[in-house]
Amino acid sequence: MRRIGYILLYVCLGLVAVFQIFPILWLFMFSLKTNQEIFAGNPFAFPTDPKWENYLKVFDGGIGTYFWNSIWITVVATVLTILVASMATFAITRMKWKMSGLVLGLIMVGLMIPIHSALIPLYNMFLNVNLIDNPLSIVITYVTYNLPITVMILLGFYTTIPREIEEAAIIDGSSIHRLFFRIILPISAPIMSTTVIINMIYNWNEFVFVNTFISSDKYKTLTVGIQNFIGQYMTDWGAIGATLVISVLPIIIAFLFFSDKIMEGITASAVKG
Amino acid sequence: MNKVMSNKWIIFLYTFPALLLIAVLIVVPLILSGYFGLMDWDGIGAMEFIGLDNYIAALQDSKFWESTLHSFLLALFSAISLIGYLAVALILASKIKGANLLRKIYLIPMLLSSVAIAQLWIKIYNPSNGMLNSILMWFGVDNPPAWLADPNIVLYAIFIPIIWQYAGFYILIYYAALKNIPESLIEAAKIDGATPLQIALKIKVPLIMNVFKVTIVLSIVGSLKYFDLIYVMTSGGPNGASEVMASYMYKLAFSSYDFGYGSAIGFLLLIITLIVTVVIQKLTKSKDEIQY
Repeated sequence: MRRIGYILLYVCLGLVAVFQIFPILWLFMFSLKTNQEIFAGNPFAFPTDPKWENYLKVFDGGIGTYFWNSIWITVVATVLTILVASMATFAITRMKWKMSGLVLGLIMVGLMIPIHSALIPLYNMFLNVNLIDNPLSIVITYVTYNLPITVMILLGFYTTIPREIEEAAIIDGSSIHRLFFRIILPISAPIMSTTVIINMIYNWNEFVFVNTFISSDKYKTLTVGIQNFIGQYMTDWGAIGATLVISVLPIIIAFLFFSDKIMEGITASAVKG
Repeated sequence: MNKVMSNKWIIFLYTFPALLLIAVLIVVPLILSGYFGLMDWDGIGAMEFIGLDNYIAALQDSKFWESTLHSFLLALFSAISLIGYLAVALILASKIKGANLLRKIYLIPMLLSSVAIAQLWIKIYNPSNGMLNSILMWFGVDNPPAWLADPNIVLYAIFIPIIWQYAGFYILIYYAALKNIPESLIEAAKIDGATPLQIALKIKVPLIMNVFKVTIVLSIVGSLKYFDLIYVMTSGGPNGASEVMASYMYKLAFSSYDFGYGSAIGFLLLIITLIVTVVIQKLTKSKDEIQY
């Protein structure tokens, strides 16, 4: 009886796993098929003769530009976010001043607001300072809108740093900058790596800001760029599949290597109560 | 020591970049949104002050109410589906072999961009060649629905990829909370003769109630802001049947160039989100903190 119960539980969990994973496998499979194979054949079948040409076609079509834009914007925005967030978190948690709670509260406001409420004024501001269709507008919005979550994740670690570390450094004649850059930043490396990975995923996947602020193809990132591609390939399922696989592959590869960090970051970013 | 750590200039230097960015790119735009809502403005020409006309128009705009209703329906679905995620997490946390691998598999869709998810599900829902209808026809269904083109089912059809995207996220959170329950409590209940179901419902669920309440807020507020997936999958169609607040605002501003009215809707979205956040937090506030 107990055995049957356990088997049933495993079947449930297995079905959920199939539901979660199968659409992605299906995507990989149809990215390697021809239209005839997709339309006439069994959706569960492996491609008989994998059409890697689909991927070549997409790269010849110019997806490389979008890919490169996604990479550099993701990396630059992530580095800046973590630097600015670490400095603010350091001042809020380690320095002694009265307004620290208020400043933290102000930063945290960003966690709750719907970005769409700020979108029109943001667009207007960037238009006025000539930053529309300029990747700088994307980088600074990414930095700003990821600050709250990054500070929140850093906060827990920063409050647990022992006072003795600071005292020792200051008594040795170290300046605050030296303390921050040479001692605090290095010891916060584990939690920083969590924020790096969370920021990278957010930036890589972001859509609304790029879709609104960027109009030239040469500045578009993958999320917006693949929209163009898919429009252009309309009925060529293989090319559409290849486009989608190229856009999600970096994240899936990152997950294979850093799944524990990613899960830690996602849990930390959610339980804000 | 204290003197060094309370140096005003250093504090200013370290917090200024963050504060400047938040003030200029979050706080000011939110206020401006309310202000632009008072204008008749196409985004390019001059603004004309028209008082509360846009806000009054919004309250009489059936499309606005429809999109609000859809947003709240999605929020309701999302909140109800939490029970399912909790059930899966309860199973997963009950000494299942491979639990760690399974929760990783569950999480994968959450990592993909909403745009990729939307494009993938457009293909899955494709009436003639999509995966779903292929399976249905295989099982002998003659006329499977055109999922995204049918105004009566499109909202439900969109909700499936939303579940797909977020299931792993909530399961992960519940699983982490369940693993924090001390083993001794479970052992004590077992010795008293409690069945696994009793242990799950009477001990585990009450102990993680605080986490569950947080996820209720997350899922409802998150749903009210929902945009990317819907915008890419249906852009609110067919004929507004899947329009939500954010997509309606976006369409007004960046397709119809009605920046004044769009700002008003954006500002109402902010107000609605804030009110709902406060109300749910009040409703789910626990009177006594659980200690264990």
